[in-house]
Order: sequence, then structure tokens, then C-alpha cells
Amino acid sequence: MPQAAAALTEGAALPAGTGAVIAARGLDLTFRTADGPVQALSDVSLEIGRGEFVSFIGPSGCGKTTFLRVVAGLEHPTGGAIAVNGMTPDAARQARAYGYVFQAAGLYPWRTIAGNVKLPLEIMGFSKAEQESRVRKVLSLVELDGFANKYPWQLSGGMQQRASIARALSFDAGILLMDEPFGALDEIVRDRLNEELMRLWAATGKTVGFVTHSIPEAVYLSTKIVVMSPRPGRIIDVIESDLPAERPLDIRDTPEFLALAHRVRVGLRAGHAYD
Amino acid sequence: MADAAVTASPGAGVAGRGRFAARAARAVWPVLMVVGVTVGLWYAACLPMNVKESLNQAERAGAVIVPEGGQARRDASPWGLMAQNPAHLGGVWSQDRPRLPAPHQVAVELYETTVGMALAGRAFSNRSLFTHAWVTLSATLLGFGIGTALGILLAVGIVHNRAMDMSVMPWAIASQTIPILALAPMIVVVLNSVGISGLLPKALISAYLSFFPVVVGMVKGLRSPEAAQLDLLWTYNATPAQTLWKLRLPASMPYLFASLKVGVAASLVGAIVGELPTGAVAGLGARLLAGSYYGQTVQIWSALFAAAILAALLVGLIGLLQRVVLGRMGMGR
Repeated sequence: MPQAAAALTEGAALPAGTGAVIAARGLDLTFRTADGPVQALSDVSLEIGRGEFVSFIGPSGCGKTTFLRVVAGLEHPTGGAIAVNGMTPDAARQARAYGYVFQAAGLYPWRTIAGNVKLPLEIMGFSKAEQESRVRKVLSLVELDGFANKYPWQLSGGMQQRASIARALSFDAGILLMDEPFGALDEIVRDRLNEELMRLWAATGKTVGFVTHSIPEAVYLSTKIVVMSPRPGRIIDVIESDLPAERPLDIRDTPEFLALAHRVRVGLRAGHAYD
Repeated sequence: MADAAVTASPGAGVAGRGRFAARAARAVWPVLMVVGVTVGLWYAACLPMNVKESLNQAERAGAVIVPEGGQARRDASPWGLMAQNPAHLGGVWSQDRPRLPAPHQVAVELYETTVGMALAGRAFSNRSLFTHAWVTLSATLLGFGIGTALGILLAVGIVHNRAMDMSVMPWAIASQTIPILALAPMIVVVLNSVGISGLLPKALISAYLSFFPVVVGMVKGLRSPEAAQLDLLWTYNATPAQTLWKLRLPASMPYLFASLKVGVAASLVGAIVGELPTGAVAGLGARLLAGSYYGQTVQIWSALFAAAILAALLVGLIGLLQRVVLGRMGMGR
């Protein structure tokens, strides 16, 4: 992997001065599989500024999750360069620059909700008192105040996912990476959580990378929508949203919203034209 | 009944307890049924097994047996003898040294060498099964402890070290293919020559058998967390030690208990086998060996049952521990 190593070194020197929290340039990633190489990312270039809410949307296999995993240092690119907070993704991970929310809540059944939220704090060596106060703070942020001593199986799926978001927020990283966090939830719960996430983002000012399948979800949440297409995974369109910062749920019926959703759909359809 | 105990979820409350009792009651009948059929077959099997000796005794006591004379009956079919002498079969269930003792003979022997002796104030005399069971149990528990600790350590090594992953498991499997009966005397002799005798050699043989299921189960258990769980800890930049303590070990508990149940039974077998080459001084293994030396079949069978009861108690104890621990960890369902 000398090529990848060189790319990462280059990545470390990527523009820190532009103010971009995440900057990718010409990113390539090829998985070696038993059926031959699979190109998951092809020439992906993107900049995400501080405090932006960026959604990645596209069909399965378009590389949206892979891109998020590259940002998190969970996968390593085979070409191109990427910088997170002006560092390599691995350095950023070691500096605990981001919290990651997976599709499955993945709470430990043997820990209470408070215990689960405390997990990263224990690993990162926060003091006991600090752990307690942070747990209380983030649990109230996701409106799970009364559930600290409950076990995961006593909570609904939506509440479990909120607890997992609280866990990602507990150590107060500047970046929140979310990989289809609401993908397994029903429409009504999803709407509520979207509204709540909106409020949370406004309250914390985090930079969010959000992977989704849902066009309304992407348009409702984002300041920037990245439309991707599969085989090989690449960016088709980057849409800057002109919706106001204040977004009640019924904004989804306005012409501005529908116009944005239409543009996303057109992009997705263009991506599929190759199939 | 064990099934009912496992499927009943802990913390289900009063309603759950009522359902548990009902389920247990329903489970009792099949169990009694099986026990009844087994005991019936056992009594029936005593007939062909013991018929010749029984007819010899009847003949000596003056009865007329067809055909006449033990010599003539030696090679005859037991079924034929039973058909020809239906009136003289009562003795098959009450001989001193039967080929196959009847259930009640074993039960009486078990009672007399345990509760009977305890009531007589000699609970720990040399003839008491309590004494022998304790000798075997102490070696079993020590060996089980050593084997479990060794098994967990090896599994942790295998999961964390590629060289160990590639090299340890084939040796562990090879170790279990050697008949323990062949190995046990060598372990005893070798340890004895360096001045170690008594409890420890037996415990080591017992550990030799019990570490294996623990290694196999714990390797699987320590690897049971999903990729996403490990990824999550990776994003926290957790050390391998933190991953082990906070994720891998707790996640492996269901596998550990399953292994422990197999391991404790293997431990008991190891301790009994370990007693055979030591000159049969004390322990359930010694009772088995002494019984077979002197043709004391009732003694052999009662020692066998004592071992089986001991094993059932140990496995039951671990099952209980499993329910409590996994219930508390929220993994009991």
C-alpha cells in the first residue's frame, strides 16, 4: 500500500486554511474481493465547512457509507487525499474529532442507558464526576432524562437510536457522522427524530455528515445534499439548500422544498441511467 | 424440566412465576414417564442377565430345575431357561453379586453408604460415599478452576495474537485425541517422581479435559461482537485491553456458561480417571475399581450413580449461575 501511504501523507498537508472541516480531493477506493476488484469510490472531491449539515444520498453501492467510513478512518483510500480537521483521518480519530452513529443502535444489553452513554467517556478517561454530568446533559439533549437506569430492551427502537446519538454526542466532538441512523425506523418515528435532530444540530453547531436513502429526509435536514451514483461510486451533484434555517415539518409541502427534492430525484435518475 | 427452567425469562414478575410453575408441572409428567420406562426396562433386563445364577441358587436350595445341573445350563439360552422355570425367577432381583443389580439394590446401597451412615454418625468414614465423593469433588473443582482459567487465557491469546491463532488450536485439538486413560497414569507417575502426589495430579488430569471446551467456546464468544460493535470502539480509539474488558468479555458470557457446563462434566470424568492409577485409595474412581476387583457390582453401580448425581448437581449449579448472571446482564432472553 505505498500508494495509499503517499496519499495519506499528502492528505495531512491538505488545505487547512480553507476552513473546511472535511476536505477530500480525487478520492479513490478499490476493495479487493474474491470476485475481483470493486471500485467503491471514484474521484470523489468534496469540501464540508464548519457547522454544515451534509447529506449523502444514493442507491446501495454508491459509496456513501464508504465515504463516511473513510472520513472516520474505518477504511483507507487507495488514491487521492483527505483531511479531517486538517489531519489524516487516523490522526483525527485518535484526537477523537468525531462521533459516529451506526444504522443499528448497538447498545450493550448489559449496560443501562446511562452506562451505554458513559462507554466512550470511560474509554477516553474522563473523571467520574465529569462522566456523570455529561451523561445527564446529553440524555436531556435527546429527551431521555427519565431513562438513565433503564436497560436497552426496555426502550423502543427510536429511543434506542436516540440513546446511541447521545452516546456519540457525549464526548463533544465537533463532527457527527451518521450512517442511516433512522433507516430501520418507521415513518412517524423517523419524522420526530428528524425534527429532533434538526433542533439538536441548531443547539450544538456540530458539523454533520448524514447518510440516507430518503429524499425528503435529505432535503429536510441538509444545508448541502451530495447525490451519489454506484459502480463506481461517485458524486453526481452537490446541491446547496436555500431553505431557511428554521424548518418546521410542514416545510416539506412548500414549492422550494419540492423543487429541491425534484433536483435530487433528477440526479439520482441520471446516476441510474448507466444500469 | 431443565428446558422449562431455561425458557422461563427472569424478571417476568408474578404472572411469569405462575406460568413457570404451570410449565414445570407439565414438564414433570414426561420426565416421570421416561424414568418409569427406564426403571421398568432395567428390572426386565435383570431377568436374562441373572437367570443362571438365580437357578443355580434355587437348585442348591432343593428346587427342581429344567435342565438339571449347572453344567447343562451353562451354554443354554437365558430366554429358554426363563420359559422353562417360570416359578424360580424371583432370585434375579436379590442376589449378592448379580451381573446386573436391580434398581432397588443400587438405591439401598446408595442410601446405606450415604444417608444411612450419616444417620449413624459416620458420614465421613472410609466406607461412606460422602468421603469418596468429596475426594473426587475436590480434585474436580480444582481441576475445573485450573482448566477454565487456562482455557480463557488461551482463548484471549488466540483472539489477540495471530501466531497463537494459527498454532494453538491444532495442539488443543490434538491433545483431546489422546485417550485420557493412556495419559493419566503417565501424568501421575511423572508428577510422583518429582514429589507431587495427592490432589494435584488428579486435578491436572481433570484440567486437561476441561480446558478444551472452554477454549473453543470462549474463542467463539470473544469473537461474537459484530463488526459494527468493534468499529464503534475503533472510533473511540479504544485499546485492545479496553475492547476486551468492555465488549469482548461481557459479550462472551453466554458462550462461557455453555462451555462451563461441558467442562465441569469433563472435569469430573478426569478426576475419576485420575483416581484409577493411584492404587484406588479413595474417591469414586477408587470405589469403581475396588468394586470391579472384588466383583461387587452393587458397589460399582452405586459409585456410578453417585458420580452421575454429582455431575448433575455441578451442571445444575452452573445453570443456576448462568441464569442469575445472564439475567442481570440483560442477556437472559
